Amino acid sequence: MGGIREDMHLADYRKGVDMVPSRDGYGHGLLWLCEHDDRVVVCDADLAKSTRTIWVRDKFPEKHVDFGISEQDMLAEAGGMSRTGLVPFVTTYGVFVAGRAWDQVRTSICYGDLNVKIGGAHGGISVGPDGPTHQSLEEIPLMRVLPGMTLVVPTDAPECQKATIWAASHEGPVYLRFGREGVPVITTEETPFTVGRAEVYRDGDDVAIIACGPLVYEALVAADTLAKEGIDARVINCHTIKPMDVDTVVTAARECGAVVTAEEAQVYGGLGGAIAEVICQHCPVPMRIVGIEDTFGESGSPRELLDRYGMNSGNIIAKVKEVLKMKK
Amino acid sequence: MVETKELEEISRKIRRDIMVMLAEAGSGHSGGSLSAVEVLVSLFWNILKHDPENPAWEERDWFVLSKGHACPVLYAVLAARGYFPRETLWTLRKLDSILQGHPHRLKTPGVEFSTGSLGQGLSLATGAAMGLKRQGKPNSVFVLTGDGEQTEGAIWEAGMTAAHYRLDNLCAVCDRNYLMIDGNTEEVMGLDPLPDKWRAFKWHVIEVDGHDLRQLTYAYQRFILEKKRPTMIIANTIKGRGVSFMENQADWHGAAPKKGEQVQQALADLGFTAPWEEYMKHDFDWLG
Repeated sequence: MGGIREDMHLADYRKGVDMVPSRDGYGHGLLWLCEHDDRVVVCDADLAKSTRTIWVRDKFPEKHVDFGISEQDMLAEAGGMSRTGLVPFVTTYGVFVAGRAWDQVRTSICYGDLNVKIGGAHGGISVGPDGPTHQSLEEIPLMRVLPGMTLVVPTDAPECQKATIWAASHEGPVYLRFGREGVPVITTEETPFTVGRAEVYRDGDDVAIIACGPLVYEALVAADTLAKEGIDARVINCHTIKPMDVDTVVTAARECGAVVTAEEAQVYGGLGGAIAEVICQHCPVPMRIVGIEDTFGESGSPRELLDRYGMNSGNIIAKVKEVLKMKK
Repeated sequence: MVETKELEEISRKIRRDIMVMLAEAGSGHSGGSLSAVEVLVSLFWNILKHDPENPAWEERDWFVLSKGHACPVLYAVLAARGYFPRETLWTLRKLDSILQGHPHRLKTPGVEFSTGSLGQGLSLATGAAMGLKRQGKPNSVFVLTGDGEQTEGAIWEAGMTAAHYRLDNLCAVCDRNYLMIDGNTEEVMGLDPLPDKWRAFKWHVIEVDGHDLRQLTYAYQRFILEKKRPTMIIANTIKGRGVSFMENQADWHGAAPKKGEQVQQALADLGFTAPWEEYMKHDFDWLG
């Protein structure tokens, strides 16, 4: 039997977890950067409180620029600033940046290879009561299709902090997708994190569960339940959607012979789509995708919505059983 | 300061190179390139601090072509100023050329940003102006927008930002030729009273005859003296200026003169009589 890998230094999530919003990790990452990197400037579109850029505004007012509610302008302005040697972190909700300002991200930033970092907040249906207008479910396909873009979906607050700090050290556009709600903290300071490298958190070779964002926790819980039934699941935190860690994915497909992906996003073109592209080209095996099934969300509590729209450990288990039946 | 007479002659040659370049390319944007010639000539010969040998010179002033489709005029100017050899102009829009159909900063020396999706260049320029100012640098940023482009909402977002942050190191020019692809701007989507709109947005507004080199140079000088406000120079121009059959014709927005008789006629209007292909073989100052 496999099990949790010691060298991943995960929190002991079985004994209970702290619930912290990943956006806090973004805010802490920005604070660290403001102290250590003169080039960093934090751009905001009237959402300082909810994106945590207010922490920067309070402590480093000279590093905070508010653009008001004008995301298209803000994205291209950040591009302009980046060419003068600054490293702008542009922050707003996912729908307003990946959606509304997509053309600015595409043509000005990615085509022009400008050094802009995008903090895409309020990703996922767990945004909750604000409803579908603010629940961003489409950023993964919208961003990963752009040449030159690096796309990271951190699993929890500590990982989001690491990703934020990493982004400043990388030359080129980066999109960080994170949510609003408190989510289980499963990683620690010692947990390895390298952009572009998917980490195997749990060994197993009956099926591979490849997840990103808060669904990594659900995958670990699912794996524990499956273990009791004698099914040994490998759990992979695939935080970097682009560039995809092809080797880890192909190895998992080859050794496990079946794959389930899990994300808090539309099932079309997201993590599942990215993994499917790899698997069907390099090592075709049965596969299923856990996510939102081509529909918009609705208002509700985060937990209710994740259950209603099929993104909990039970949904992962159901899909695992489907692929196991298909496995020869 | 280069004398007006000489700038007029340079403008005539720039128009010639635009026509030859577009004819050779077989496609591209004539009207809005011809309307902006004096705006760029005045800037690139009399105002802009720049070094063609070192386009990334830290102390340079920046130029951003927000109306990216008018890149033939920018390319002709950059070649004449020595950013790249003039022969390069005849590769416009061809495979492997450094001169893309719309400006791309990674391919062409002297191009600061990749533009062409209208409404973004003013924000890029404003961001550059903000970045320079935040770092206490004295560089100015110049940006040319189209008038049709100003029907894009993001233009007005940038307008608010530049005024709010008092970016007096930003000088925008609006190529006010009153034509967009579908026709007269006031019929397609009314812009007037355009100068009043920019005044209401707290910009320093200067209206000039956009083909009058003296007025343009004077307007740029007034920008340099202006404090606490960004400047918008509304340059009243004629789309297709200098080529009789293109002047004030919306259909020439996105069309190139055909090789042969048509481009020959365009050159004749500009006072050039040698066979059009000859102008590709000689240097900028050859008059034929």
